[in-house]
Amino acid sequence: MFEWLSDNRALVASIIIILCLLSFLVTVLIGLRANFIRPDKEVFGDPERTKGGWYWAICGISALLLIWFYFSWGVGRAYFPDAANEMCQVAKIEEAISPITASLPVNSRYYKSTSLVKRNIEQLDELAREIRLFDYAPDQQSQLLAVIKDIENILASLSNPAFLKAETQKEIDFISNELIFLAEKFDQEYLSFVISSDALLQDPWGTSDVEIPMLPQTKRGIMYDQMSLDVKSLSKRFLKLRHFPEISKVLIEETKEKLTDLKNGLDETSLDEVNQIKLAGFIKYTDRIFKRVDDGNIFPPGVLEEVTASSNYFLGQLDESKGTLALIDIFFLPGQGVVKSKTQCTEQGSARWLPKPTDVVAKFVVLANPNIEAGGGYKGFPLLWWEWVSIGNLVGFFVPDIFVDLLVENYSEHLESGTFEPNFYDKMLFFAQGELNLGYIPFPNGHIWDSLVRVIVAMFFGIILGVPLGIYMGISKFFKSFFDPLIELYRPVPPLAWAPLILTIFGIQDDGKIFLLFMVAFAIMVISARTGASGTQLSKIRASHSLGATNGQILRYVILPNALPEILTGVRISIGVCWGTLVAAEMLAGTTGVGFIENVARTVSDYELIWVTILIMGLLGLFFDIVMRILIARLIPWRGKG
Amino acid sequence: MSSLECKNVSMTFLNPQSKTTVDALSDINFSLKKGELLAVLGPSGCGKTTLLNMIAGFLEPTKGNIFLGDEKITGPGLERGMVFQQGALFEWLSVEKNVDFGLRMKKKVSVEGNAALVEKWLDIVGLKGFGKTPIYQLSGGMQQRVALARCLINDPEVILMDEPLGALDALTREKMQSLILDLWKRTGKTVMIITHSVEEALLLGERLFVMAPRPGRIHKEYRLPFAEAGLSKSLREIKKEAEFSEVREEILSMIWDMEEEIMGLV
Repeated sequence: MFEWLSDNRALVASIIIILCLLSFLVTVLIGLRANFIRPDKEVFGDPERTKGGWYWAICGISALLLIWFYFSWGVGRAYFPDAANEMCQVAKIEEAISPITASLPVNSRYYKSTSLVKRNIEQLDELAREIRLFDYAPDQQSQLLAVIKDIENILASLSNPAFLKAETQKEIDFISNELIFLAEKFDQEYLSFVISSDALLQDPWGTSDVEIPMLPQTKRGIMYDQMSLDVKSLSKRFLKLRHFPEISKVLIEETKEKLTDLKNGLDETSLDEVNQIKLAGFIKYTDRIFKRVDDGNIFPPGVLEEVTASSNYFLGQLDESKGTLALIDIFFLPGQGVVKSKTQCTEQGSARWLPKPTDVVAKFVVLANPNIEAGGGYKGFPLLWWEWVSIGNLVGFFVPDIFVDLLVENYSEHLESGTFEPNFYDKMLFFAQGELNLGYIPFPNGHIWDSLVRVIVAMFFGIILGVPLGIYMGISKFFKSFFDPLIELYRPVPPLAWAPLILTIFGIQDDGKIFLLFMVAFAIMVISARTGASGTQLSKIRASHSLGATNGQILRYVILPNALPEILTGVRISIGVCWGTLVAAEMLAGTTGVGFIENVARTVSDYELIWVTILIMGLLGLFFDIVMRILIARLIPWRGKG
Repeated sequence: MSSLECKNVSMTFLNPQSKTTVDALSDINFSLKKGELLAVLGPSGCGKTTLLNMIAGFLEPTKGNIFLGDEKITGPGLERGMVFQQGALFEWLSVEKNVDFGLRMKKKVSVEGNAALVEKWLDIVGLKGFGKTPIYQLSGGMQQRVALARCLINDPEVILMDEPLGALDALTREKMQSLILDLWKRTGKTVMIITHSVEEALLLGERLFVMAPRPGRIHKEYRLPFAEAGLSKSLREIKKEAEFSEVREEILSMIWDMEEEIMGLV
């Protein structure tokens, strides 16, 4: 069932999209109708106007889903499943021609030659100005200025069209003509092409780690694919193209010698250390500029104009040949389209970081599958499941060995027969160490469970320690003044700032994280309990004194219940903050938990996994909040009604 | 039996900001016999609530002593029940749990006995069948009835009321005034009631102190027949009597003059 759904995501998505569109339209109509029949008695600003409106909620969810589908290219994939594959073939051509276009003012402002000359001249001018100011070594100064003049001469010789070799011109003409020839081939009949069986066997778009299938799956795609090979070989020829007139070669040799002389003569100068280093810097910089000039990539102006024209013509023909594909690209694949890197085609723009809703669900299903052998769970651990846990181990976990040490008088010693007979105390120790077999019980485990346990344990200790302290701080001068500075100093520090320290002290296992969360929960619980306790009406306290209650009874029966609303609000806030801190702490260290999953997903750029973890956290946070809201409604129904 | 006695009671407050002292009460002397109903009236700031708090044991007088019978008052106790303006009920408890709060704190009386007592007192204050109702669902008048029951169930010797009807509407107030008179008669308790309302003071006060401020003192003392009469007659009838209007006018102008004096001083 899941397999089928997973393999037919495009179909599932198209059905969901239609349903979303329908529910969006229908709810908008219902909403508008409800607005028209609104009773007159509700004036603008009356909070009663906000009551009801389930249809707007559905409308909003539908709209959100539609937007998600659209920007993740989910709509595009649902209705044009071949589009990405074909776009990938086009991207192959774009990648193949990029070495040629990079030298030309295609998608840029200048010829590469122009940019090189411009930059070199600017840097040479700057360098010459600095060297003229450096008059500690007149000999070297004049030599360097001569070298700079030489480099300028080389640039001039390279830029002179008169020096262009006939064979270079011939090669340029060939490349230019070949591009036009290839451009004409976009019109060819490709319907006779046969799609290879390898191409058909590829995983569909987005169902495996390879985002977009590489081999062409449409006939037009085959045409593009073949074209990309032709363009690639042409690009190779273009890359081999060099412009080296004889006169430049001579000049380059001469300059090279001058620079070598300068470098060799560096040690013989009578300069002090600072100026020597400065002079060496000048020589090095000159050398660097010189090396940029002598690689033959600077062509005279106008020489490449022909190639530019034919490249533009080629790209124009390519665009024209796309036809409907171009429209699909614009309207259904928002962003920068498909880009081919060395090994794969990837979605660019919003689809890169926003996975399709159906893919997120599919990923979640895989993660939620408790069967590790079948590839479920994450890193060999289920998301949320159960396992058989030895009761003995659980007991051993909760009962510290020291309790047995306190009980015991003597552990037994081994016998003369070379055996060991455990006495009663030894057996108690086995019990406390969890070595006694007491049978097994099912116990939850998994990444989510681990995260939950951390929060719950931390909350437990935060409440049982924080609430009493808070209440005493609310009613006692000693507790208030003694603990206030301590808590107020550590509380404002963001929990994550404590994390490196706490994780070092307690280790990266659960203890460290639980202690970190405990610190968060404790501070919030203390403050809320304190507020609640100090907010007890004096008349209530006086009334209970008059009714004969002792101090302890007042604390237990008046101050504590009176502080309950604040305490529960504190619990609600601290669960939220703990949850946020936990995920961050798990990202710092550890091998289980929701935050751990997201951290690994981040390092491998698995955006689907990142979104799955975000959704899990959102849903769990919502779950906590709903539980707390129900608890608050049950436990303190009098709130806001005094 | 035991009477309530104030001997040379003074109370001085220190204002921590201006380091000045305020004489809230100066040299109060009075004695209240068992079963008497005392109403205390006065302009704001005359120290009537301070006096009540001292009798309840929440405050210690700076000078003088207060005795209930032979015993000197040193702190709050069950023998002096309090009823506050806003009820000061425990809203996390139901009506019956509020009423038997004092009994539960003692933990001596059996639970079954408690239930019967609660039932009885709820009946007396007119809240029969409201035992399980949460406090926050009651109206202001009903809440004051709970406060009365909560106080009376402990069988105190003195009942101290601090403007118990101040926050109620006129109609509820009149009903509650009858209830207080009724309870006073029925239980024979000593009652001290502080009020802002001259009419209420006249209706409820068998004895009446009009207090004056700066320093707080008893300005004039009355013995009035209206409380006794109110047991048999309707309170509205009493208000129509000529004698009632006469005393009311006298006290009103007295308090009016005091307020004027305060304004003039300021």
